[in-house]
Amino acid sequence: MSHVKLKDVTKRFGKVIAVNRLNIEIPKGECFSMLGPSGCGKTTTLRMIAGFEDLDEGEIIVGGKMFSSSFKKYYLPPEKRDFGMVFQAFAVWPHLNVFNNVAFPLQIRKLSNAEIAERTLRAITYTGLSGCEETYPNALSGGQKQRIALARAIAINPTVMLLDEPLSNLDPKLREEMRFEIKDLQRKFGFTIIYVTHDQSEAMALSDRILVMSDGIVQQIDTPLNIYQNPANQFVFGFIGLSNFLPVELEDGAIWIEGAKSAGPVNATLPLQAKARRLTLATRPSEIDFVHEGGVRGIVKRLTYLGDLIDYRVSIGDVEVRIQKNRKREIFREAEPCGLIFNKILWYERQL
Amino acid sequence: MADVILEKVGKTYGKHRILSDFSVTIQDGECFTFLGPSGCGKTVILRLIAGFERLTDGRIFIGDQLVSSATDNIHLPPEARKIGMVFQDYAVWPHKSVSENIVYPLQMQKIEETAAKERTLAAIHLVNLTGLETRMPFQLSGGQQQRVALARALVSRPQVMLLDEPLSNLDANLREEMRFEITRLQKQTGVTILYVTHDQEVALAISDRVAVMDKTGRIRQVGPPDDIYEKPVDPFVFKFMGISNFIPIEYRDGRLFIRESDALIGCPVPEGDMDRLQSHELIAGCRPYDIELVHQEGHTQGKIQRVIYLGATIDYRVAVGRKILRVQQDVRDAGQGGVPFRTGDSVGLKFRDLKWFENRGIDAEEET
Amino acid sequence: MIRKLIGSFGIAEILLALSVLILVLVVAVPVILILWTALFVNGSLNVKDIVNILSRPDTYEALKNSLVIAGGVTFFSTIIGVFFAWLVSRTDLPFKETMKVLFLVPFMLPSFIGALAWKMLLSPRSGYVNKFLSGLFGWDGSLFNIYSLTGIIAVETMYLFPFVFIQVAGALERMDPTLEESARISGAGLITITRRITLPLMMPSIAAGALLVSLYSLAHFGVPAILGTERGIYNIPTKIYEQIYQSGGSFVAIRTGTILSSILIIAAGLILYLQSLVLKAGRFQVIAGKSMRPMLLKLRSLKIPLLAFSILYILITVVLPTATIFLVGSLKTYGIRFTMENMSFDNLKYILFQWKMTKDAIWNSFYLSLAAAFVTMIVGTLISYTIVKMKVRGKFILEFLGVLPFSVPGTVIALGVILVWSGKFGINLYNTAWIIFVAYIARYMAFSLKSNSAALEQVDDSLEEAARACGATHWQTLKDIVIPLIKPGMVAAFFLIFLPALRELTTSVLLYGPTTRTIGVAIYALNEDGETVYAATLASVALVIIIVGQLVIKRITRSRIEGV
Repeated sequence: MSHVKLKDVTKRFGKVIAVNRLNIEIPKGECFSMLGPSGCGKTTTLRMIAGFEDLDEGEIIVGGKMFSSSFKKYYLPPEKRDFGMVFQAFAVWPHLNVFNNVAFPLQIRKLSNAEIAERTLRAITYTGLSGCEETYPNALSGGQKQRIALARAIAINPTVMLLDEPLSNLDPKLREEMRFEIKDLQRKFGFTIIYVTHDQSEAMALSDRILVMSDGIVQQIDTPLNIYQNPANQFVFGFIGLSNFLPVELEDGAIWIEGAKSAGPVNATLPLQAKARRLTLATRPSEIDFVHEGGVRGIVKRLTYLGDLIDYRVSIGDVEVRIQKNRKREIFREAEPCGLIFNKILWYERQL
Repeated sequence: MADVILEKVGKTYGKHRILSDFSVTIQDGECFTFLGPSGCGKTVILRLIAGFERLTDGRIFIGDQLVSSATDNIHLPPEARKIGMVFQDYAVWPHKSVSENIVYPLQMQKIEETAAKERTLAAIHLVNLTGLETRMPFQLSGGQQQRVALARALVSRPQVMLLDEPLSNLDANLREEMRFEITRLQKQTGVTILYVTHDQEVALAISDRVAVMDKTGRIRQVGPPDDIYEKPVDPFVFKFMGISNFIPIEYRDGRLFIRESDALIGCPVPEGDMDRLQSHELIAGCRPYDIELVHQEGHTQGKIQRVIYLGATIDYRVAVGRKILRVQQDVRDAGQGGVPFRTGDSVGLKFRDLKWFENRGIDAEEET
Repeated sequence: MIRKLIGSFGIAEILLALSVLILVLVVAVPVILILWTALFVNGSLNVKDIVNILSRPDTYEALKNSLVIAGGVTFFSTIIGVFFAWLVSRTDLPFKETMKVLFLVPFMLPSFIGALAWKMLLSPRSGYVNKFLSGLFGWDGSLFNIYSLTGIIAVETMYLFPFVFIQVAGALERMDPTLEESARISGAGLITITRRITLPLMMPSIAAGALLVSLYSLAHFGVPAILGTERGIYNIPTKIYEQIYQSGGSFVAIRTGTILSSILIIAAGLILYLQSLVLKAGRFQVIAGKSMRPMLLKLRSLKIPLLAFSILYILITVVLPTATIFLVGSLKTYGIRFTMENMSFDNLKYILFQWKMTKDAIWNSFYLSLAAAFVTMIVGTLISYTIVKMKVRGKFILEFLGVLPFSVPGTVIALGVILVWSGKFGINLYNTAWIIFVAYIARYMAFSLKSNSAALEQVDDSLEEAARACGATHWQTLKDIVIPLIKPGMVAAFFLIFLPALRELTTSVLLYGPTTRTIGVAIYALNEDGETVYAATLASVALVIIIVGQLVIKRITRSRIEGV
C-alpha cells in the first residue's frame, strides 16, 4: 500500500505540457527525489502534490485519502493537506521570532498552549536551534534559517515532508552537513520525504529512489546505484555523473572511433540488437584504463590536477575522451601517446 | 614581463589590521596564485599591487620600479602601472561594444589608430571571439564577457596581469574551459600572472606556484602545487587543500595506536620523532582516498557508520575507537557488483601515506 | 601632520569642499536663518515672544487645523491607498494594469487645480453639483460645502493617496510569495494569512507612505489657500503667507512666519526620522527570485461591484474635476450653462496670445523651471558623485545636507530665501526672477541627489577601476565610463524637477513680484480676483502642458532603456 500515489498526473501551461502522465508510487518512510534540469517539471509536480497548483488530469492520493482528482473534480486546498514543507528561499517570516515561526502551524491548529510550547521546543531542539527561541531570523545565517524552516515543518509531526531545493541557497560545506541532518530527522521521525533538486550528487547521497525527469516525462525511477550503473537512456547516463559519448562506426566487422581508424579498433562486444552502422559509445571517465601498449591509441592533450584526482583529456582523432584517475596513479604526461581500454560500455543510437 | 616584489607589506583599515609583514617575490613569467579563505586579505594584496589601495607599511616593486612605498609616501596611480586586470564580475562596460571595450587601453596609451585596430583584432582572435567585434555586452554570455575582459587586459601588453577570482561566477563546465584558456594565454604571451582565489582546485590546476594564506593574512606555505598538496607544512594547508582526516596518535610498546584506543595503525613510525610522539606533540593527517578498507582481520578494526553511493566514488564514515574517519573508495576498487560494505559492518583499515604535523590544538577542531 | 594634510589634497577633497559650499549656501543658510530669526531677537534668545505668538488665537487655530487636516488626510489616504493597492495586486480584478495607471494620475495633477475644480462643483450656492441637485430635488442648494475642513481633507486625500498606493502595491508585488505559501501549507486560510503574515510585512510600506502623506499635507499651500482662506480656515503655510503679505512685512509678521516655519521644520524632521526608522525595519523584504505569482483572491460575485466602484472612484476624483476645468475654462461667463453657444475658444486665445499677464506667467514658469532643472541636474550629479564614489572623510556632512531639503517645505524655503537674499548680506534678489530660481534649486536639489545617487550606485566600482587599470586617469574615467552610464539618471533628474517646478505654487506664491509670476501664481491670483473662468482656462493650459510633458518623458525614458 503506497503512501503517496500519483496516477496519470498531467499539467499544461498553455500549449506546453509541463508534466506528462506521471505515475509514481512512494511507500511510507521512503526518501524519494525528483531530479532533472530546470524546467523539467519537477517543481510543478511538487507544487501539485502540495496543492499550490491544480492538476489538469489524473489523481493524487496520500495516505489513502484523495487530495486532487480531475475525474471527480476534487481539489483539497494546501492548508488542509497536513504536509510539512521547506522552500528554497527558506520562507521564514522575518517579523516573527524563531519560536513563533515554528509554533505557527500548531497555533493554527488551535492546540493548547502547553502542547504548542512542548512540541515547538522539541522541534527546535531536534534542529539544533536551542537557545535561539527569542531571536529574529535576520540575525541568523542562511543555514540557521533553513533549520527554522525544518523545525516548523516537523512541528506538526507530518507523515510526508516536501522539500523544494532546500539546500541550493547554502554554501557547499553547509549543504553537505544539512543533507545528513535531514536524513537523521527522517530516521528519527519516520516520515516520507519527497525532495526536488537539480543537483545529482545531492539526490544520489540522500535518496532511497530517484526519479529522473526531462521535459515533463519520466526517464527513470530507480535506486541511486541502478541509475548510475544501469541508466535507462542516454539522457540519464549524461545527467548523472560524468560521461563520455563517443561516436563510433562499424566497419569490417570491428568497432572504430569515427574518423580515427588509425587509432585501432575498440575491444568490445556489441549488444545483439545493435543494427545501425553508426552508434554512440557511452563510458564513464572513471571506467577507462590507460595502457602503454595496445588499446585504442591517442595523445594526452591536457592534464589537470584536481587534488585527489587527475583529469585527463585524450584526443583520438577529432574526438576528445575524458578520463579521471587517482593522482597516485599518474601515468602519462601532456603530449604523450597512450592507449585506452573502455570498460562498462553502454551503447546508444546516434542522436543527430 | 616583470617580477613583482612585496617587501614587508602591511595594510590597516581603521583599527583592522589586514596584512602585516607580508613579503613575497613573484618571478617574471610565472603564474602565481594567492589561495585562501574569504576575508584573508588576498584581494587586498591584489588591489595594493594594482594601486587601488595605499600601503600602510612596506614597499611594492613591479619590475625595477618602486610603485608603492609607505615610508617615502610614494604611490603610483593605477593608470601609470602598466598592468592588466580582470575582475570577478568582469567589469565589461555595458555601453561599449566588444572591440570598443578591448581597444580602450590602447586609446589611453595614445597608440595610432590603425595599429590599435590591428592589435585589437589580434587580441579578439587570441580569446576566440572573432566575429563578435560589434556585439554589445548584454548580447554576450558570461563566459564571452569574461573573455572580453581577458582580451582587454592583455591587449596593452602589460607587465603583470592581475586576476581577482575571475571564474567564480561561471558554471562548472565553463570554469574548466576558461581555466584552460588562461593557462594557454599565459604560455603564449609569457605575461606574469597573479591570481587570487578561494578555490583550491583552480589554484592547483593553473599555477606554477601557490601561496596558501590563512584568515589572519599570513602565508602558511609557498610552493608548486604538487608540494602544497603532497608536502603540506601544517594542518591548515592540509585541510584547505581537500577533505582531510586528523588522527591523534599514541606511541605504545613500539607501535602506533589511535589515541586512547586499541586501534592499531600499521604504519611505520616517522624517524626520529619518538619523543614527540610520546608527548603527543604530533598528529597524523590522512586523505579519504589513502585509507583502504578490507574485509580481513589483522588490520585496524572499525565499524561502518554510514555509506553513500556517489556514482564513481563511495563515501564512508567509519568509527575507529572514538574517532570517526571519512573514507572514499573508487567504485572500481570496490570490486564488481557495487557496494562492498554496509552500515554496521566491521571492516579493516589500512593507512597509506600519513602526513605528520605538530599537534597544536587540532584535537579540538576535527572532522573535514 | 599638517604637511601630510595639505599634501594629500586631491580631487576628492576639492570636490567635497565645493559641494559642501554649494549645499550650505543654497540650503543650509536659509534654514538656519529662519531658526535664528525665530529664536533670537536682537541677538538674544527670546522664548517668551514665541509662546505669546503661538498662543494667539489665530496662530493657535492654524496649528490646530494643520494637525486636523494632516491627520484626516493621512487616515483616509491610508485606507483608500491600502484598499486599492490590495485590490490591484492581490485579487483577480479585471483591467488591473489600466487601473494601476489610472490610480497614479492624481500624482501628475496639481492639487490646487483640483481644489479649483471642486470649488466650482461644490461651493454652497454656485457650485454646479449643488445647483444640479437642488434643481433635481428642490433643496436649498447647500448640500455640500467645500469651504470646510472636511472639504480640504477630501480634496487633499484625492491627490495624496497615490503615495500610499505606490508603496503598498510595490511591496505587495515584490513580496516573496513563498512567505504566504509556507503559511498556507502550515494550515492557515486566507484571512489568517492576511492578518498574521501579509499585513505585518506590509506595515513598513504602509507606514512609510502614510508618513509621506502627512508631511505633504502639513506643508501644503494650494488646497487650503483656495478652499479655506475665504472662510478664515488657515493651516501653517497659508498662515505664513497671510502674515508675510497681509501684514506688509512688519517685523512681528516676519517673526510669526519664522516661528511657524520652525515648527514645520521640526515636524518635517521628525516625520522623516520616523520614516527612516520604518524603512530600516522593513529592509528585510525579500525580493522574489523565481517568477512565481502570488496568491490571488478570487473575487467571484464581488468582481463587478468592486470594478464598478473603482471606476466610479476614478471618474469622480479624476475625470470629473479635470472635465470641469476644461469646460468652465471655455465658458464665456462663469455660472452660465454648458451649451455650445456659451462655450468658445476665445478665452484660450486671450490667455495664450493676448493677455500679457498670462503670457508672461507661462514664459516665466518655463524658463525658470528649465534653468533650475538644468543647474540642479549638473550640481546634483557633482555632489552625488562625491557622496557615492569619493572615499573621503566628512562625506556625512554632504549626506546630511543633501537630505535636508526633503524636510523643508516649500513655504519655509521661500521664507528662508527671502531672509537671506533680501539685502541682508548685500545681495537683494527680492521681486526678481533670481530669487525664485534660487528657491527652486534649494527645493529640488534633494530630488536630483536622490536620482543621481541611485544611478551612480548602479555603476559598479569595478567598472571605474577597470578603466584605471587600462590606463585612464580619474577624469578620463569620469568622461568615458561614468557619465555615459549615468546619463539616463541625469535625464530622469532633469524631468523630475522640470515638471514639478513648472506647475508648483507653494514656493513661488511667496516670492513673486509684479513681473515674475509663475503659472501657479497666475492661476491662484486669477482665482483670488474672482476671474474664475480665466483661472480655469489657464489651469486647463497648465494641465495640457503637464500631460504632454509626462508623455514626452515616458517616451524618452523608455527609448533610453531600450537603447542601452
